[in-house]
Amino acid sequence: MPAYRPWNAETASAIINELKSMPGATLPIFHALQNEFGFVHPDIIPEIADALNISRAEVHGTLTFYHDFRTELPGRRILKICRAEACQSVGCEDIVSHLEAAHRISMGTTTDDRRLTVETIYCLGNCALGPSIMLDGEVIGRADTDLIDDICHSRRNERIGAEA
Amino acid sequence: MSAVKIYVPCDSAALSVGADRVAKAIAREAEQRGIAVEIVRNGTRGMLWLEPLVEVETAGGRVAYGPVRPADVASLFDVGFLAGAEHPLGHGLTTEIPYFKQQERLTFERCGVIDPLSLDDYRAHGGLAGLEKALAVSPAEIVDTVIASGLRGRGGAGFPTGIKWKTVLGVASDQKYVTCNADEGDSGTFADRMLMEGDPFTLIEGMIIAGLAVGADTGFIYLRSEYPHAHRTLLKAIEIAEEDGLLGKSVLGSKRAFNLHVRLGAGSYVCGEETAMLESIEGKRGVVRAKPPIPAFKGLFGKPTAANNVMSLATIPWIMAHGGPAYAAFGMGRSLGTLTIQLAGNIKRGGLIEKAFGVTLREIIETYGGGTLSGRPFKAVQVGGPLGAYFPESLLDTPMDYEAMAKAKGLLGHGGMVVFDDRVDLANQARFAFQFCAEESCGKCTPCRIGATRGVEIMDTIIAGEDSSKTFQMLDDLCDLMTDASLCAMGGLTPVPVMSALTHFPDDFRKVPEPMRRAAE
Repeated sequence: MPAYRPWNAETASAIINELKSMPGATLPIFHALQNEFGFVHPDIIPEIADALNISRAEVHGTLTFYHDFRTELPGRRILKICRAEACQSVGCEDIVSHLEAAHRISMGTTTDDRRLTVETIYCLGNCALGPSIMLDGEVIGRADTDLIDDICHSRRNERIGAEA
Repeated sequence: MSAVKIYVPCDSAALSVGADRVAKAIAREAEQRGIAVEIVRNGTRGMLWLEPLVEVETAGGRVAYGPVRPADVASLFDVGFLAGAEHPLGHGLTTEIPYFKQQERLTFERCGVIDPLSLDDYRAHGGLAGLEKALAVSPAEIVDTVIASGLRGRGGAGFPTGIKWKTVLGVASDQKYVTCNADEGDSGTFADRMLMEGDPFTLIEGMIIAGLAVGADTGFIYLRSEYPHAHRTLLKAIEIAEEDGLLGKSVLGSKRAFNLHVRLGAGSYVCGEETAMLESIEGKRGVVRAKPPIPAFKGLFGKPTAANNVMSLATIPWIMAHGGPAYAAFGMGRSLGTLTIQLAGNIKRGGLIEKAFGVTLREIIETYGGGTLSGRPFKAVQVGGPLGAYFPESLLDTPMDYEAMAKAKGLLGHGGMVVFDDRVDLANQARFAFQFCAEESCGKCTPCRIGATRGVEIMDTIIAGEDSSKTFQMLDDLCDLMTDASLCAMGGLTPVPVMSALTHFPDDFRKVPEPMRRAAE
C-alpha cells in the first residue's frame, strides 16, 4: 500500500535537482514526485521549468497531457479498473456498474473518507485472465464483484494483500 | 538427494491469479515435510488459463500442474508430484501439451524455460550467440542478415526492419539512437510484457545488435507505466548486464559501446505511435510529428534513430544466431517468420501462441482457444487491437498474414485477438472505438481530434434508434475523412473497427435495409 509523504517543497527540489540532468527529464521528474507524494503539486511547475530551461507552459502542458499524473492527493488505496476491449468481453462494465450501484463510487473519483480512488485504465496486459484490475500497483486477474466488495469494505481477502 | 527444482512463474499474469501465494505454500509444505526443494521463478510458458502453472523437473523433463491454488499444494505433495506423479491438475510433460507442442517458438524459445534474471541460464539456452556473431561481422552484414530474414516490424505497421536499419546506417551523424517501443497499449496484447518479464536479456541483446548495425551507442526502452512488474525486471536485467560487461563501454570485451536506458510512459495510448513516443522520451507532450522527416533521418533529440518494437528487436538474436534464411523458412508470401499471437478476451484457453504466419483465425480460436470462456456462442473477434477489425464467424478462415488481413479490410497489428460471445453489441463497440480515439487523441490533427467526438455523437444517434439514411451517410463520410486525412494511425485506423462492425454486424446498428426504408419514407 502506498504511504505518501505530505507535500514538501524541499524534498521536491531535491528530487528535481537529482534528475534534471537526464535527457528528457520532465516525465522522470513527474514520476518521481508522484511516487513520493502521490501527486505533483502545480506550485512546483515554475521550479521545474527553471531547472530544465523550458517554459512554464511546456511543463504544464506535459503534466496535463498524460493520464497518469495527478495534481491532487489521491485516496489511500488506488483501484484501477481496466475497461478496454478484452476486459469488456468478460464483463468489466458489470464491475463498474456494481461500484456505482452498491458502493456509490463513480469512476475517476475519490471517496469522501479518502480511503479509495477509483480510476479507469486501458489495458494492463492481462487480457487472457480478465476482468483485470490494479490495486496499489498490483494486477489482479479474474476480478468479480465479490472482490470489489472486499476492497470497498476493506475486508481481508488473500487476493488483495493486507487490508486497509 | 539433491533439491528438486520446482518452477513457479513470476510473470504478472501468473501473479494476478496467485502465483506468489502458491510459491509460498510450496516452500512451506516442503519445509514441513522436510523435503529439499529449489523454487525457481521463471517467466510464463504463455498457457495462461493454466496459471499458476507449476512445473517439476524430473529425469524425463518438466512436468506441469495447473492451475494450482495454495489449497492444492498439500495434495500435490501427497501424490508425489516431485517425481512427476499423476494428479487431477497434472498435464504431463509441459512440452507435450498440444497447445505448446504445436507452436513454433523462436522469439519466445526461452520464455518460461529459464530464470529471467540469470545470465548463466540465458547463455546455457543459446543466449548471446547472436550477439557474438554480430560482433564478428560488419554493420552492413548484420543489416543484410536482417533483410534476408524478411522480418517486418511487429509493432503493427509491418515495415521491413532490415530496410529501416539500412537507412539509419547510411546516415552520417555524430550520434544515433536505438529506441524500443514497449508501449504495448493495444487491448488483447501482452507479448511484449511477457517477454520483458520472462526473458529480458533477449530484448537487451537485440537492442545491442541493433546498435552495432546502425552505429548507435545508446538505446532507450520506452515502457508503458501500466507494466510496473516489467519495469522492475528490466531495470534489474540491465543492472546485471552492466555488471557482466554486456552493456557499457565495451560490449563483451569488444571496442563497441552500448548503454541502455528505460523511460516510463504515463498512460497515454498515442505514445505507442513512434513519433509521439520520441516526443515523450524527450520529455514533451506525446504529440505526433508530421512525417517526413522519418525518424531514421531525424528521430530522438533530432538524431538518426532506429525505432523498433519489442517483438522485432527480441527476434533479432535468433535471426543472427541462425541466419536470415532459417527465419525466412517460416511463414508465407511476404509475411515471413513467426507471429506471436495473443489470444484473449472471452476465450477458454487464452495465451500466447507463436506460429509461422498463415494460421487461420478459426484454428487459433477453436483448436487452441477451445471456444468462448462463457460457453455461449461466438459472435466476433477483434484482431489487431483497438484499431483492428471485428470479424464474424464467416471470416474465420482468413489466414493471419499481413496481406490476407489487409484484403479482409482488417489488420494484424501487434497480433492480439479479442474474442466476444453473443452478448456483445457491435454498435456499442463502434461507439467505444470513437470514444477511445477521443480520449487518447493527441489533438494535433483535426480529423482525429474532432472526428472522434463527432463519431461518438453519430453512434449515439444510431444507438438511440434515430435512424435515417443521412446518419449512416454521415458515418461513412466521417470514416472516409478520418482514414484519408489523419496524421497517424490513431485517427486513420479508428474507422477500421467502426466500419467492420457496421459491415459484418448491420443488425446491431438497427440498420433498416435500403428498400424497406424507402417504403417507410
